[in-house]
Amino acid sequence: MSEVVEKDLLTVSDLKIHFPIYKGLFRKKVGDVKAVDGVSFAIQRGETLGLVGESGCGKSTTGRAVLRLYDPTSGHVIFEDRDIASLSDSEMRATRPRMQMIFQDPQACLNPRMTVGAIVSEPLIEHTKLSPDDRKAKVRELLDAVGLNPDFVNRYPHEFSGGQRQRIGIARALALDPDFIVCDEPIAALDVSIQAQVVNLLEDLQRERGLTFLFISHDLSMVRHIADRVAVMYLGKIVELAPVSKLYSNPQHPYTQALLSAVPVADPKIEAKRQRVILKGDVPSPSNPPQGCVFCTRCPIAEKKCFTVPPEWRELKPDQFVACHLA
Amino acid sequence: MVSSTLRQLSEDEKSQAGQAHGADNVLEVRDLQTVFETQDGTVHAVNNVSFALKPGELLGVVGESGSGKSVSMMSLLKLLPMPPAKILNGEVLFDGRDLLQASEDELRSLRGGDIGFIFQDPMTSLNPVFTVGFQLMEPLRIHMGMNKKQARARAVELLELVGIPSASDRLKDFPHQFSGGMRQRVMIAIALACDPKVLIADEPTTALDVTVQAQIIELVKDLREKLGMAIVWITHDLGVVAGIADRVAVMYGGQIVEYADVDKLYDDPRHPYTRALLKTLPADEGLRMERLVSIPGQAPNLKGPLVACPFAPRCEEAHERCWSANPPLFEVQAGQKSACWLESEDTAGAA
Ligand SMILES: Nc1ncnc2c1ncn2[C@@H]1O[C@H](COP(=O)(O)OP(=O)(O)OP(=O)(O)O)[C@@H](O)[C@H]1O
Ligand SMILES: Nc1ncnc2c1ncn2[C@@H]1O[C@H](COP(=O)(O)OP(=O)(O)OP(=O)(O)O)[C@@H](O)[C@H]1O
Ligand code: SF4
Ligand SMILES: [Mg+2]
Ligand SMILES: [Mg+2]
Repeated sequence: MSEVVEKDLLTVSDLKIHFPIYKGLFRKKVGDVKAVDGVSFAIQRGETLGLVGESGCGKSTTGRAVLRLYDPTSGHVIFEDRDIASLSDSEMRATRPRMQMIFQDPQACLNPRMTVGAIVSEPLIEHTKLSPDDRKAKVRELLDAVGLNPDFVNRYPHEFSGGQRQRIGIARALALDPDFIVCDEPIAALDVSIQAQVVNLLEDLQRERGLTFLFISHDLSMVRHIADRVAVMYLGKIVELAPVSKLYSNPQHPYTQALLSAVPVADPKIEAKRQRVILKGDVPSPSNPPQGCVFCTRCPIAEKKCFTVPPEWRELKPDQFVACHLA
Repeated sequence: MVSSTLRQLSEDEKSQAGQAHGADNVLEVRDLQTVFETQDGTVHAVNNVSFALKPGELLGVVGESGSGKSVSMMSLLKLLPMPPAKILNGEVLFDGRDLLQASEDELRSLRGGDIGFIFQDPMTSLNPVFTVGFQLMEPLRIHMGMNKKQARARAVELLELVGIPSASDRLKDFPHQFSGGMRQRVMIAIALACDPKVLIADEPTTALDVTVQAQIIELVKDLREKLGMAIVWITHDLGVVAGIADRVAVMYGGQIVEYADVDKLYDDPRHPYTRALLKTLPADEGLRMERLVSIPGQAPNLKGPLVACPFAPRCEEAHERCWSANPPLFEVQAGQKSACWLESEDTAGAA
């Protein structure tokens, strides 16, 4: 995949997204939730970057900012040499169909009063000139591709199970043949067989059309399968970024190590014997992150320096970047 | 360790109880059948589902997406919109009474009280216009009779228990200000608020990273041990089930197709769907698979009553009999049942 073209499709540099906190009768601003606090990465055309990390560390916010669903507090998102923050409304409208998102919360993006057929054909009506018949055929094809019975086109979202609803969102995101998709937990609600089917589909599309993915997920074995490189986030920052093989065989950041050691195994005998690594210590809040390293309050090996000096982002081994004093 | 003591305990209890319908079940479901009457026909979402739970036990429920896991559990407390949903048959025995016969008032006092429910989709059950604090404190005031101050203190404690940072500052926030996994944890906190006897958890940790998930699992183990809470845990994560369940129900086509003690299920799965499911797991180590394995074919559409094995069109071992009648659950050994004709006495003899 990555050997085809070496050009970056997307570059994110020093991205910050802060949500203001207001308090009191006069709604005075008293601080910020630093949801994303200085994140940088690049994704090559045709590549899949996995994004993993603690719940609430800013993954969805990063994904949304990349598609300009949030305006950055500071920093840049460059899509094909252009800063998307600088695009005019009409330019953004032209770019939209090429960048899609599969949302974490399917409920949030499915209009309950529209049938599945209408939901999936909406982007086709808005952005293509397909005839009604071609459109219908395309909708059936998309539903079939995500493992939904095409005869369900006239059903409403509430008539589906959680996993079926998630797949409606996937079909809709694929409708316009985008170049780039932010997949936010696209498979969490699906059974393993359908997960496999959806992941195979995403990989086929990537092979055939050079699609690029930012793949946000808590499923570390699936990320290992689908991603070329993986970024690990903690409290608004990326703490490690490396090619899949290096990250999984030789994780350098203590948070990455804790994460990998907690993956449950589908074998009751192994699970019964196993001592779970439970991270101890205060979970810091993004409105008041620790002084030094973001992980210091829970890090099992933290030293004095970790509490006062933020660690530098450095290339520890070829292509393996990490922000830790002790790595 | 906690888990081994517990498993020991339930093993003892089992041998004590001996017979099938032990009187000490907190929850017992028999022959539950739920349909949806829709414009284009009847959807047979749940077909003859039965299971039982003792205090402190955890039943894992896995299975195909759309196989009726959520609808089964929502039927227990009549949490479905009726119509279109209709419960045609069944008994749900809780504390000696049949919940399907209970009045709406009785059910209301059980929901969020003695029976806690974590819904699959946090955004549908958290109300977007109320703060998270209000939604946590409300059941405490209704079911536990707490005053505002007590409820507030307990709400903070609950949020801390599920690992939400600066809990007391966040009571005033609305659901959209939380991340996906935080909303899920708020749901967990609400369900646990009133020390329920039975907790029904529908995909409670899908939006959580594995370290937070491990924390929640540890919390649940504690509650089972200390309070004897009985739990139904629906999930797609076969690793999680392996770690926490005493028993597992595997669902397909609206029915339980395999029902077994956790070790037996993973050691020697006896239903072809369970076997196919366990084969679809991606590799944890070693070489990356070129392509992930999925089960070929379409899920059944449930448009009529089951007159054949619902798995037959996708089953590698299907034979004539599978197409002519829906197999009942056969006991293949103590602690393991499978709804597959291959396990019936006469077929086994013939094979
Ligand atoms: N209101 C409704 N009208 C018609 N059919 C419905 C309705 N609600 C659910 N169904 C159908 O009932 C079946 C069972 O749904 P259920 O939500 O229980 O599945 P599930 O096993 O929980 O799946 P998932 O793992 O995807 O959450 C599905 O096939 C679904 O399409
Ligand atoms: N609209 C908002 N207003 C205020 N705070 C917000 C808002 N959206 C997100 N946050 C906060 O920003 C932080 C990051 O949230 P985000 O949804 O990006 O997390 P995440 O990494 O996707 O987590 P998860 O894995 O649980 O989905 C959280 O602390 C969250 O509470
Ligand atoms: S009854 Fe027949 S079709 Fe059904 S699972 Fe068994 S062998 Fe397969
Ligand atoms: Mg998220
Ligand atoms: Mg469900």
